[in-house]
Amino acid sequence: MDIFLQQVVSGLATGGIYASLALALVMIYQATDVVNFAQGEMAMFSTYLAWSMLNAGLPYWVAFTATLAIAFVGGLLIERIVIRPVENAPVLAVVIVCIGLLVILNSVAGWIYSYIQKPFPSPFPGTPIRFGNVVFGAHDLGAIGITLVVLLFLYVFFRYTTLGLAMRAAAQNPVSSRLCGVRVGWMLAIGWGLAALVGAVAGMMVAPIVFLDPNMMAGILIYAFASATLGGFTSPGGAVVGGLLVGVIENLVGTYVRFIGTELKLTVALAIIIIVLVVKPSGLFGRVVVRRV
Amino acid sequence: MRFRTVARLLAVALPLALVSAAVAADTPGVTATEIKIGNTNPYSGPASAYGTIGKAIGAYFKKVNDEGGINGRKINYISYDDAYSPPKAVEMVRKLVEQDQVAALFQTLGTPTNSAIHKYVNQQKVPHLFVATGATKWNDPQHFPWTMGFQPNYQTEGRIYAQYILKNLPDAKIGILYQNDDYGKDYRKGLHDGLGEAAKKLIVMEQTYEVTDPTIDSQIVNLKNSGANVFFNVTIPKFAVQAIKKSHDIGWKPTHFLNNVSSSLGTVLKPAGLDASKGLITALYQKEITDPQWKNDKGYLDWVAFMKKYYPEGALDDQSNAYGYLAAQTLVQVLKQCGNDLSRENIMKQAANLKNFELALLLPGMKVNTSPTDFAPIEQEQLAKFDGERWVLFGEVYDASKK
Amino acid sequence: MTPRSRPLTLALPLVTLAVAALLPFVLSNFRLFQFTQVFIYAIALLGLNILTGYNGQISLGHGAFYALGAYTSGIMMDRWNAPFLTTLPVAGAVCLGAGFLFGIPALRLEGLYLALATFSLALAVPQILKYFEHWTGGSQGLVLSKPEAPFRLTLSPDQWLYFVALATLVLSMILAWNLLRGRTGRALIAIRDHHIAAEAMGVNSALYKSLAFGVSAGFTGVAGGLSAGAIAFVAPDAFNVFLSVTFLVGIVIGGLASIAGVVWGALFIQFVPNWAQDISKAAPWAIYGVFLIVFMYTMPRGIAGTIRTVWARRRVNVRSSPAKGGPP
Repeated sequence: MDIFLQQVVSGLATGGIYASLALALVMIYQATDVVNFAQGEMAMFSTYLAWSMLNAGLPYWVAFTATLAIAFVGGLLIERIVIRPVENAPVLAVVIVCIGLLVILNSVAGWIYSYIQKPFPSPFPGTPIRFGNVVFGAHDLGAIGITLVVLLFLYVFFRYTTLGLAMRAAAQNPVSSRLCGVRVGWMLAIGWGLAALVGAVAGMMVAPIVFLDPNMMAGILIYAFASATLGGFTSPGGAVVGGLLVGVIENLVGTYVRFIGTELKLTVALAIIIIVLVVKPSGLFGRVVVRRV
Repeated sequence: MRFRTVARLLAVALPLALVSAAVAADTPGVTATEIKIGNTNPYSGPASAYGTIGKAIGAYFKKVNDEGGINGRKINYISYDDAYSPPKAVEMVRKLVEQDQVAALFQTLGTPTNSAIHKYVNQQKVPHLFVATGATKWNDPQHFPWTMGFQPNYQTEGRIYAQYILKNLPDAKIGILYQNDDYGKDYRKGLHDGLGEAAKKLIVMEQTYEVTDPTIDSQIVNLKNSGANVFFNVTIPKFAVQAIKKSHDIGWKPTHFLNNVSSSLGTVLKPAGLDASKGLITALYQKEITDPQWKNDKGYLDWVAFMKKYYPEGALDDQSNAYGYLAAQTLVQVLKQCGNDLSRENIMKQAANLKNFELALLLPGMKVNTSPTDFAPIEQEQLAKFDGERWVLFGEVYDASKK
Repeated sequence: MTPRSRPLTLALPLVTLAVAALLPFVLSNFRLFQFTQVFIYAIALLGLNILTGYNGQISLGHGAFYALGAYTSGIMMDRWNAPFLTTLPVAGAVCLGAGFLFGIPALRLEGLYLALATFSLALAVPQILKYFEHWTGGSQGLVLSKPEAPFRLTLSPDQWLYFVALATLVLSMILAWNLLRGRTGRALIAIRDHHIAAEAMGVNSALYKSLAFGVSAGFTGVAGGLSAGAIAFVAPDAFNVFLSVTFLVGIVIGGLASIAGVVWGALFIQFVPNWAQDISKAAPWAIYGVFLIVFMYTMPRGIAGTIRTVWARRRVNVRSSPAKGGPP
């Protein structure tokens, strides 16, 4: 029983990582209908900026907040400057631009900071917390906590503020929104800014565990996709739940299903995605989107 | 008078020009003033952390050139990015050999990438020296006379740990965590082979992981649960830190063998916690540059001076930068031994003719040796135990060539 | 197509082909090797273009079929000493079957979700390849011998492979052109543009979509098989997710729904990374990324698409007279 619990707890910890990046992915998809392949790299780059600030001596929470602000502005600017010219181009053109962004960010990060991994501090204490025979790290708990706080903030923002309403309108029906006076272009930009902000949080929560290096987000991306798929791309809450579930499933399958073991973990993620997409494409918590033909 | 001087000059210059032209024809990549050395390294992609080796080597060659070069010739170092992709490595190596016409290939990095070019370079008869991988297959002068390894290979190290276990831990229950690729599997094979018949009895659990996995916590939990009291940890630095930390956190205290790739005090043990790392055992052949015991060692200080002057962006706590330095010094020795005959045949001959060559960053007592039947330059390792502050060497110096 | 322009449309490809056929006697072996890669990529891109360009199903996982083809060819040559040329149709057939099978559950997926599913396939493939170590050689891969020219043709292996790749490319292009210009092509395009309307008109959407997947995978599989011979080595590391992404980049740059475009795309993905490295040693991929973005700004329809537009505009300007009111 103990090992089961321990694996579940470890799974929740890893799942927390997936959840935070999945949240950023879903956010951008909700706001702009675009799957941003550069999401991970933007998060990674923001984390490097945080690292520079921490290295210069700034206290953690100051650097944290500053990074969020910079990430927001950065995301906004990227949308206005880089994505806007291809707004009306075929979808795949936008995808290619995102890919271009991905390689640029990765390459520049490697050039400025080199490719060697760097340790990144956690705001939470390093001593493990014991619960009977089950152990988990304070950081893991803290990371999940922060992800939930971000989720709450997003929920409140979209539900109860005018700006949030305007953004939802712009995403759902740009033409009508324009007629109502909503500046759709800027709504998209803010959407990207928010997604970048969430991504930065994800990066800073993930870096203490996996170490900061330009390729840090690459491995997590597929699990984030699996989480968002499982939870539903139209549901931010679903993305978080999806992330936690993927982490736990991954660990339990690796422990209890012998012939898969740990050698086929990525395949498990693939299987999750395919099964969910075939059985319930909108995910556990997503809404089914009906389009008029 | 002037005519005679000119005639005399011509009489001297012409034959020289003809000879050097002839020399150039027989010795690709070599002129009177330079030697072309080719290299591919992963400057981008999943293994980009190792790209610093290529840069450190370039920096060292610059130092050598600044100090006058080798027998009057400067090293023209050409290094391309292969992104750790075998097809790209094939393309870049073909470029080096067929277009750039290098004299020799040096420190090409990675097992899959080197496997892809292995046959080609031997067919083309290009010296393929000191490949940067710990795989075992590069020491095969009979079938691949142009390829030579460099560092002690992973299987040898695995066997050293196996020997120790058989001698000192007869009731061992061994758990192995290894990376699911050639590097991890080579180490695992070494341990299995070293244990021989006892392997089946002693090994109670094996777990793998992929480089792209975020954490290996789950694997550590499984290993603890299997009842293992010996842990063979074949992970790269990022995961080694996690392994050491997690084992400590969940209260698992096995006899912990850490593979050489992750033995850095500065980048692994410190982030994992010096206290949590007490008792770790590894096999070393280099002086570990973040270990305080070498703080005043001349070899270490020379290396630091070199880094500061020629490779200031390089990290002083990254053992890869020391490794590249070692490799570059070895090649320079080979080229020195060639004298004026820098044909590919002679480069290969001299590479196979290193006798008790000393490198300042190797552990005391260890030397580089090669011969026409021994294409493994460094074959000695020594076990070390971490006492909370430094790696304390103990036991004998294992020499894989004396088996 | 006016009677006047038809000979031109035929002349251009023929001239290009003639030039290509003469190159092996002019270029160095290394350049031939690079151009062989271009042809191989072009065939792979052709496959992907059939699926994504003509049929609108976005695949981010074609690297998986390329790998399957390469390993099929590699295993046949390594284990059964099969002659290289015989492995190509087998690689194609295996991938056709695999693609068709994958296409069936993919029927339920569209756009983003299909992209995701195929992306995950591409990510999982290296791991799966390593798992079946007994067949695939695991992470060590399989070392193969470069195929030699048969009979007593005095061609170097590089020249021989160049011709094989070129011939396969020409054959593939003719096959694709034949497939796409008839009913099948129209059905595929109809499904892409408005699949509900297409179904309303009696097009068996499920059958054509799965077929498109299969055929597309088949072409890419043959390309993979060719690469096994050209590189003489297969290993899981060569088939990571970036390869699949590169293929997508190739068809978009070359031009979606364009057969000629695949050659442009292949030239781009083979040579631009090298140029980027020449420009900047420090951050070559940043230069590559800039290339990508600038391309999409200036030529969102790809090279072939832009040529088409420019050509059409030129013809329109030449043909129409102001009095008649302009183009139809």
